[in-house]
Amino acid sequence: MAETLYARMRVVRKVTEGSIGVTLILDGELPCEPGQFAMVWVPGVEERPFTLMNDTPVGLTIAEVGPLTHALCALNPGDWVWLRGPYGHGYPLQGERLLLIGGGSGSASLALLAKRAKLHDLHVRTFLGARSASLLMLAWYMADLSEKLSIATDDGTLGFHGSVLQAAASDLPWATAVYACGPEGMLAALAASRKPDAPPCWVNLERVMRCGIGVCGSCHCGSQLVCADGPVFAVEKVAAYLGSGHT
Amino acid sequence: MEPNLGVNLAGLELHNPFVLASGIWGSAAETLIRAGQAGAGAVTSKSCSVVPRRGHPNPAVLPWRGGLINAVGLANPGAAEERLILRDTQRGLRPLGVPLIASIFGGTPDEYARAAELVAQAEPDIIEVNISCPNVQNEFGVPFALDPGAAAQVTAAVRAVYSGRLFIKLSPNTPAITAVARAAAQAGADGFTAVNTLGPGMLIDTHARMPILSNRIGGISGPALLPIALRCVYEITQALSLPVIGTGGIASGEAALQMVMAGATALGVGSALAGEGTAVFQRLSAELRTLMAAEGIAALSEVRGCAHG
Ligand SMILES: Cc1cc2nc3c(=O)[nH]c(=O)nc-3n(C[C@H](O)[C@H](O)[C@H](O)COP(=O)(O)OP(=O)(O)OC[C@H]3O[C@@H](n4cnc5c(N)ncnc54)[C@H](O)[C@@H]3O)c2cc1C
Ligand SMILES: Cc1cc2nc3c(=O)[nH]c(=O)nc-3n(C[C@H](O)[C@H](O)[C@H](O)COP(=O)(O)O)c2cc1C
Ligand code: FES
Repeated sequence: MAETLYARMRVVRKVTEGSIGVTLILDGELPCEPGQFAMVWVPGVEERPFTLMNDTPVGLTIAEVGPLTHALCALNPGDWVWLRGPYGHGYPLQGERLLLIGGGSGSASLALLAKRAKLHDLHVRTFLGARSASLLMLAWYMADLSEKLSIATDDGTLGFHGSVLQAAASDLPWATAVYACGPEGMLAALAASRKPDAPPCWVNLERVMRCGIGVCGSCHCGSQLVCADGPVFAVEKVAAYLGSGHT
Repeated sequence: MEPNLGVNLAGLELHNPFVLASGIWGSAAETLIRAGQAGAGAVTSKSCSVVPRRGHPNPAVLPWRGGLINAVGLANPGAAEERLILRDTQRGLRPLGVPLIASIFGGTPDEYARAAELVAQAEPDIIEVNISCPNVQNEFGVPFALDPGAAAQVTAAVRAVYSGRLFIKLSPNTPAITAVARAAAQAGADGFTAVNTLGPGMLIDTHARMPILSNRIGGISGPALLPIALRCVYEITQALSLPVIGTGGIASGEAALQMVMAGATALGVGSALAGEGTAVFQRLSAELRTLMAAEGIAALSEVRGCAHG
């Protein structure tokens, strides 16, 4: 390990994500698998895990919920961010037809997956959901990377009126693999509704993290550590514990 | 003949000497059991106190060239809650024949005794008393582990309420670790875990121009700690005949054998789980077995403390 722990990167572009947050494009690279994350530090504020929505250059999609995400959303081009990583295991590309289901800031972890899938000429259909149209994230980005992009909102302000899972249900038989990231209630519902002959399903989990490298145990989900064994898991591996998270 | 890795720790039979150290993977029954399934000889739970603690904000645990630095701040759900976790853990570990060590801490001898009473209800095989935290009754908050008298008070307070195996976890941050160990032994300790983290230390980010840990300072563990841990275990076992779980920087079979030769009966493993996870236990056992075979050592008891000459 080098003497410097963090890579410091400069914000080069800031995209507003509705009323909920921002996507920051940085000037550095952290080559990684889709679904891997970095520990992002704003000195004097906090350090927390964020999915790498892109790796060359690094991109972060941030939903503003607390002090660190507030500080990140307030950054402008020219400002600095500190990152260590990439950590964890990402999504495997499985089969030819990938169904991507994202809720809220969960879209972040599907972005690099869609980009890699496109690179390999795989078919991608994406369903993004949120409570309301202004809370959708990365729809602008996913549009170019998906053959089909469908939006669902709980209040019907955009696209399908209802949950993203209901919207995606009709495309399940099409898929060779399903990839989901979003609120844990959504992932639990997805796990519960799975049929025995369903295609493999990968979910990306969030837990409170300290080390990010599989030492402290803070991020456990059953016997699994989200930072080291995950954050992407085959859904069967964690189904029994979905809903126990408290991020 | 295949070398035998089994050791007897204060009357407990361990399949191998490697013990999951406190504070590593230790916040849930499922992860502690997984360490046992993966080949740990015994597992230690995260230190708990009577009063729950949130711990320090991030950055709280960081890798650096020599190992790790941490200021988790003894975050724990409280001894009453921990007792339930320990009960579930013990249920999973008993059938595997993997002993459970329950770690406790407090701010006063009385708090230690109350934490011990609570975790004892889960019937751990050993209670390990982490005395590296500040003594709130001391004017300067000097840790119990740096003061033989205070260490003896804590040991006596726990001994008064707990008749099972009692280990005291020692700090390397004292010029007189044997004096602390001797005082604890006289107050009723059955053994020691040596050592806890070193320091405190500090990492600085040159761009941010400030310490990285939110707490500014934290404990050093991992390979940087090994030579210090070896010296501590050597001194303690030279002075006293009680068993020691040698802990600090063990990440290879070679380091493990060095620690046994310094006098350790069992071997704590913490930082080495970073990156490698519980697979580290199988690797360490395999490496130690290979070394023993090459050195013609049939059992670890043959070479325990041999470095003393
Ligand atoms: C592997 C992994 C990847 C992640 N990737 C991303 C990402 O790409 N983008 C992103 O925005 N966040 C992501 N997160 C969550 C992120 O790490 C932070 O926990 C979160 O942004 C809150 O940080 P904070 O300090 O601003 O707020 P905190 O002070 O932690 O929280 C403030 C309040 O918001 C609540 N809260 C915390 N987290 C969430 C959440 N995720 N959703 C809703 N409410 C919450 C808290 O309970 C609290 O009440 C990821 C987490 C993990 C484990
Ligand atoms: C993240 C972390 C948390 C720790 N928490 C505790 C704890 O709660 N109680 C304790 O007695 N020791 C704790 N320790 C110290 C370890 O148990 C061990 O004594 C020390 O790390 C040296 O061993 P190592 O070099 O193998 O990691 C912790 C260490 C680390 C790295
Ligand atoms: S955050 Fe420390 S083990 Fe996962």
